[in-house]
Amino acid sequence: MNKIWIIAARELKTFFDSLTAYILLIAFLGISGFFTWLFGSDIFYIGQASLQPFFAVAYWTLFFFTPALTMRMLAEENKTGTIELLLTKSVTDWQVLLGKFLACLMLIGIALALTLPYYFTVWSIGPVDHGAVWCGYLGLLLMSSTYISIGLFASSITSNQIVAFLLSLFIGLFFLIIFSVLSSSSTGFIGELFDYLSLQSHFDSISRGVVDSKDIIYFLSISLFGLLLAETALAKRNIAD
Amino acid sequence: MSIVVEELSKNYGRQKAVDNISFQVNTGEILGFLGPNGAGKTTTMKIITCFMSPTSGDVNINGLSIHTEKENVKKKIGYLPENNPLYFDMPVLEYLAFTAALQGIDKNKIQDKIAEMVFICGLDEEKHKKIGELSKGYRQRVGLAQAMIHNPEILILDEPTTGLDPNQIIEIRKLIKRIGKEKTVILSTHILPEVEATCDRILIINKGKIVADGTPETLRRQSHNNEILRISISDAADRNEIISSLQNLESVNMVDPLRDDSGALIIQSKAGLSSRKNIFHLCVDKQWVLTEMTPIETKLEDIFRELTTD
Repeated sequence: MNKIWIIAARELKTFFDSLTAYILLIAFLGISGFFTWLFGSDIFYIGQASLQPFFAVAYWTLFFFTPALTMRMLAEENKTGTIELLLTKSVTDWQVLLGKFLACLMLIGIALALTLPYYFTVWSIGPVDHGAVWCGYLGLLLMSSTYISIGLFASSITSNQIVAFLLSLFIGLFFLIIFSVLSSSSTGFIGELFDYLSLQSHFDSISRGVVDSKDIIYFLSISLFGLLLAETALAKRNIAD
Repeated sequence: MSIVVEELSKNYGRQKAVDNISFQVNTGEILGFLGPNGAGKTTTMKIITCFMSPTSGDVNINGLSIHTEKENVKKKIGYLPENNPLYFDMPVLEYLAFTAALQGIDKNKIQDKIAEMVFICGLDEEKHKKIGELSKGYRQRVGLAQAMIHNPEILILDEPTTGLDPNQIIEIRKLIKRIGKEKTVILSTHILPEVEATCDRILIINKGKIVADGTPETLRRQSHNNEILRISISDAADRNEIISSLQNLESVNMVDPLRDDSGALIIQSKAGLSSRKNIFHLCVDKQWVLTEMTPIETKLEDIFRELTTD
């Protein structure tokens, strides 16, 4: 755990040193604030003391922002060769991966924490369903961890950051939209399978305040699967062919 | 701390990068790992440092196998990979602290260790800069510092002096020599004088196989049994007569007149024989004035070329 934390701390510091963190935080707060308070179906338009408009916006913004965080993670190490230096230190592949995963999750956590004033503002306006709000935040974190592990996998198989970015968006798109479209156009077991794979329904139920173990397992298992694939890509160097 | 490499092989697809090699490096030895590009040097080093697994075979570091004791083996090895990859966006001190923490150095000791490395590697003036801002020579020192920060008993350096200027090369070599007194060092390079200057033993590898193993002296002896002399005889005598008389000497294999103004001759003796005395006596008999007789040593370059070209 200590090694994971050392790697995570370094990555997090690199985010802040390279301005990535500031750009992401400002853009995230700007976009989510704009659509939550000022434009479209914002809080005043709905007329309810609810953070649903914010969760709906964050659902999309995180989809684009997470790959921007993860694309550098392993692709750059592959390109510059620092991966060799890192993996010949006294750490395992998993510690490296989890460290990087944790760093991305922490940065997204910080971004979400900075939106807490929205919550307090809405609270002061009217009666808020506190459970639904916290569940919404939990849902966003779980969804982000899914995208992070997909992004880490994409980043692990290439040394080009742009390829990593586009690939993780592409894979993410399946969970975001494509599975849901496929489920509506197919029936029976296939239809149910696509519906289960679609991220939307799981996120919606959590952000409404319904914490079902089925949804939690969904997010965690995709995260784990992404990390497993990334670890396999890292370990490929060992395969004797 | 000894390194025992046993029947190590690594295949990339059909290509055999390392083909069943075995060797041993003893404590306190500086081993020069030589070979043309693509010979398998870097692959062997990557396997020893546990970056990749071999297709077959094993490496034992003081009895610890790279298959079963990866974490422990890594702790005992300091590694400077080819091209010295570093995080350019990190300041030197921060980077060293990161490496030290990863290598499991006690928190309280990290600062002392960093100070020690900064001193040994001569990084004091540049320690607050970002690594990307440093010159190549200083980056190389940072590479060495990160490799040594956990006081490993084994150092593996892949082309440590590539791209440095002559002054930096000499400094880095001195540094390696100094470190090598207490540690086991494997150093790969293309630069042959570097091997002679720093290494106790040479291992030449070609197409994944070991083709020579020994000290520079043994390699010279093995590669060329024939004595080679360069001689000059004063102009008074007839050159053709000189050449034919020398050629007739029992011990002489070949006489080769140099095509420059010096008029010197290169004489190769037959295997195991020396022509020095015969030449001297010949000159005395013929009353020629012998102005030069120099034995020519086989250069490491020649040995290298002989062993690594088809």
